[in-house]
Amino acid sequence: MWGYIVRRLLLGIPTLLGVTLIVFSLMHLAPGDPISAMLPPDAPQEVVQMIRQQMGFDRPLPVQYWLWLTRVAQGDLGRSIATRRPVIQDIRSALGNTFILALAAACLGFTLGGTLGSFAAFSRGRWADKMFSAAAITGVSLPHYWVAILLIIIFSVELNWLPAMGMQSTGSESAGWGEVARHMILPTIALALIPMGVITRMARASVLEILSQEFVMTLRAKGLWSRTITRHIVKNAAPPVLTLMGLQFGYLLGGSVLVETVFSWPGSGYLLNLAIFQRDFPVLQGTILVLASFFVLLNLIVDIVQSLVDPRIRRA
Amino acid sequence: MNPTVLEPPRPTQELLEGPSGKPMSYWQLVWWRLRRDKVTLTAAAVILLIILSAVLASYLAPHDPFQGSIRKRLAMVGTPGHVLGTDEQGRDMLTRLLYGGRMSLVAGVTPVFIALLVGSTLGITAGFVGGRLNLLIMRVVDIFFAFPSILLAIAISGALGAGLKNTIIALSIVFTPPIARVAESVTTQVRGWEFMEAARASGAGSFAIIRHHMIANVLAPIFVYASTLISVSVIIASGLSFLGLGVSPPNAEWGLMLNTLRGSIYVNPVVAALPGVMIFMTSMSFNLLSDGLRDAMDVRV
Amino acid sequence: MERNDILLRVQDLRKYFPVRGGLFHTVQAEVKAVDGVSFDVRRGEILGLVGESGCGKSTTARLLLRLIEPDAGEVYFEGLNILKVFAAGMKVYRRQVQMVFQDPYSSLNPRMNIEDAVAFNALVHGASRREARAKAWDVLSKVGLRAEQFGRRYPHELSGGQRQRVNIARALVLDPKLVVLDEPVSSLDKSVQAQVLNLLQTLKHDLGLTYVFISHDLHVIEYLSDRVLVMYLGQIVEIGSAEEVSAAPLHPYTQALFASAPSMNPDERLERPPLTGDPPNPINPPSGCRFRTRCPHAMDICAADTPPLLPVGNTGRQTACHLYHDETKTNLPTP
Repeated sequence: MWGYIVRRLLLGIPTLLGVTLIVFSLMHLAPGDPISAMLPPDAPQEVVQMIRQQMGFDRPLPVQYWLWLTRVAQGDLGRSIATRRPVIQDIRSALGNTFILALAAACLGFTLGGTLGSFAAFSRGRWADKMFSAAAITGVSLPHYWVAILLIIIFSVELNWLPAMGMQSTGSESAGWGEVARHMILPTIALALIPMGVITRMARASVLEILSQEFVMTLRAKGLWSRTITRHIVKNAAPPVLTLMGLQFGYLLGGSVLVETVFSWPGSGYLLNLAIFQRDFPVLQGTILVLASFFVLLNLIVDIVQSLVDPRIRRA
Repeated sequence: MNPTVLEPPRPTQELLEGPSGKPMSYWQLVWWRLRRDKVTLTAAAVILLIILSAVLASYLAPHDPFQGSIRKRLAMVGTPGHVLGTDEQGRDMLTRLLYGGRMSLVAGVTPVFIALLVGSTLGITAGFVGGRLNLLIMRVVDIFFAFPSILLAIAISGALGAGLKNTIIALSIVFTPPIARVAESVTTQVRGWEFMEAARASGAGSFAIIRHHMIANVLAPIFVYASTLISVSVIIASGLSFLGLGVSPPNAEWGLMLNTLRGSIYVNPVVAALPGVMIFMTSMSFNLLSDGLRDAMDVRV
Repeated sequence: MERNDILLRVQDLRKYFPVRGGLFHTVQAEVKAVDGVSFDVRRGEILGLVGESGCGKSTTARLLLRLIEPDAGEVYFEGLNILKVFAAGMKVYRRQVQMVFQDPYSSLNPRMNIEDAVAFNALVHGASRREARAKAWDVLSKVGLRAEQFGRRYPHELSGGQRQRVNIARALVLDPKLVVLDEPVSSLDKSVQAQVLNLLQTLKHDLGLTYVFISHDLHVIEYLSDRVLVMYLGQIVEIGSAEEVSAAPLHPYTQALFASAPSMNPDERLERPPLTGDPPNPINPPSGCRFRTRCPHAMDICAADTPPLLPVGNTGRQTACHLYHDETKTNLPTP
């Protein structure tokens, strides 16, 4: 077992390195000079050259990569061009906000998904199943940014029940949790749609598979029902669903850009969007790197937990 | 991504022979089963309608998609002359939606085709050759898996810049790894079936074996998986335009329209929400279609 | 028929499969699937290869066709060392040596109809489409499947017995000299088995074939084979003609095998199981003679020296047992 864990951890290192390589390449493949974004357009050539040398942009690419990598390993993600603050500071606070949102959406989506999926499996073929399955497909097909707008239209504009923007109402300095919670309701719903749909389908399939085991069918046919059987079903149907939940959480963390943009929720997605339009490369690079690294870490944890629970994986 | 597990098809009683009892090839069987699935047929009809309306936009549209007058901006649905109202620049919504379909569909479907080609080639090669080449290809693929799709799409788009071409490139890169993975997995499984050994025992070369024996068995699951990606692709492609990373104004594209109309939700919420309806309908129909395809192709029911 | 003309000669064939594990997926042990196998196949005979599951029969079959590469040993076909041949030579070899596989379900491509599946072999070797189809139809009729009726059908529309006939047809379409059959009837119902076995005999007679017939079913082997080869844990323990081996098996393992085969005669009831204990692990076989842990006649020398396969008498019988070697010769134990 430890062999598998160590091997999995070791495997994570080249993956992480690969991620850094891709992020680095992306930023340097981008058209547009990072320098000119930093300086006023009429800066003299010598100044541009000097800055270029200072920041190391004139060195060969592998060297630049290495220098950047060593800085990143020490936690230095550079400074934002727009705000002049260390990137890591901005990312830290933004990531915290996204985490809150992702967690809430995960709770909502996973609970709904698991429940709906299980019910659908138990009432297979009947109208409840069709309804829940339809809900699942709808959840996956709805563009969440559109739903976000719809939610704003209905609840903010028309009914004026819930706020449409940000984490707290303007004017209040330190918001209590109640305020934040109110602002969180709509974005959470919008964000929870896709995980809900995905988990519903997976839960339904997984529970169905256990239910179709012959001895379970026999017991049900005889009308025997007990906590043991329920426990058996849950224990066996849960692992693939849990794995998927782990992955979906990663997607929530990394893919919240659209919803955050609509609601102006100050999270990492919002930061990313801003950085793209301000051509703020350090922030862009740093955010993508941090988000992707989190995803790699999450996948690692999911794999290891899965191997602890399911002994068949360890032998692979 | 769900793992695709295959077993060599075993003969089961029902639904293996067509109604007439005459021999049916696998594909004929699939077609016969599809024809009986009402939901899937409806979805296919809707998609066909959307595609046709986009292709024939110039004949169907009542107005010019770029022409608008500020006086008539944000007209309500049902205004005479503008059945679906007008947008924030006074352009006719129906026209913009029809023309927008072109961009959205192209941006959504093309990357999946490209990813299907590239990903299948990579995956089938890796699966067939096995060994070190397999490890090498799949390791590289795994690195791309380290990014959530939307993040990767945004990162690549952000790096390349706005525009339809860049969106297609970005999404092709995003979708190639999952297809490659499914292709490799399926190929490796099929490779273990005995008839593959028999093909080798006949003295055929690798190319002949792949062409005659492997492709037909491997293509179906890969194709079904790729079809499930189309609905996601449409949503992400429109999402990219929504963020300003895709198609740029004054072109019509559903995601872009959602974005530009965002400021108008206080004035004319119905019109502002319309482009999203199109995205939803398209994505939903593709989802239902790919689900139906998957059910029809699963011979064992 | 030239009974003494040797078609295939196998010398000291070995195949070990590595077992990986541990921290870095290193090779920790080897499964000695085939460990020093030598025998001849005479032209025109049916050589039966019998043994328990896991004794290496199927691996040997695949080594003969070079579907897997051996780790050591030689295989000569009509005098030519096929292990040293390259692509073009292999293709020629494949024409002459074919295989019928065990599982009638997975050995046919589910997406190909019958005549295409059979014709494929001919196409590979240069026939035109029309020629290939004609040959396919011809050989299909030989196995009892009318091409007009069955040609366009797909595997899932045929029964197990019919599928196996297609398998046989596919192997025969190139007019091979040697056909290796890996448990061809094991997955079929008994009544169908008989039909297929009779078909195989007819084909052999009509087409002048040579068979290597692998099975774990003693009755089938007895019925069909001219000579019998008994394998245990990757090694050959006995060779002889079918009548001799079944009437008076020499090696204790062979004796146990024949004793445990259920008989149709109710008077022949078994008092106690002839073979006790579990088959040893092929990764770590017992030292010396591999059968000694279950052998009722085990002696000290059996743990020390691996008994080589040596002739007994002059009828072509061979056995690998210390009981029959000069140093320790005793009377032939009765079964």
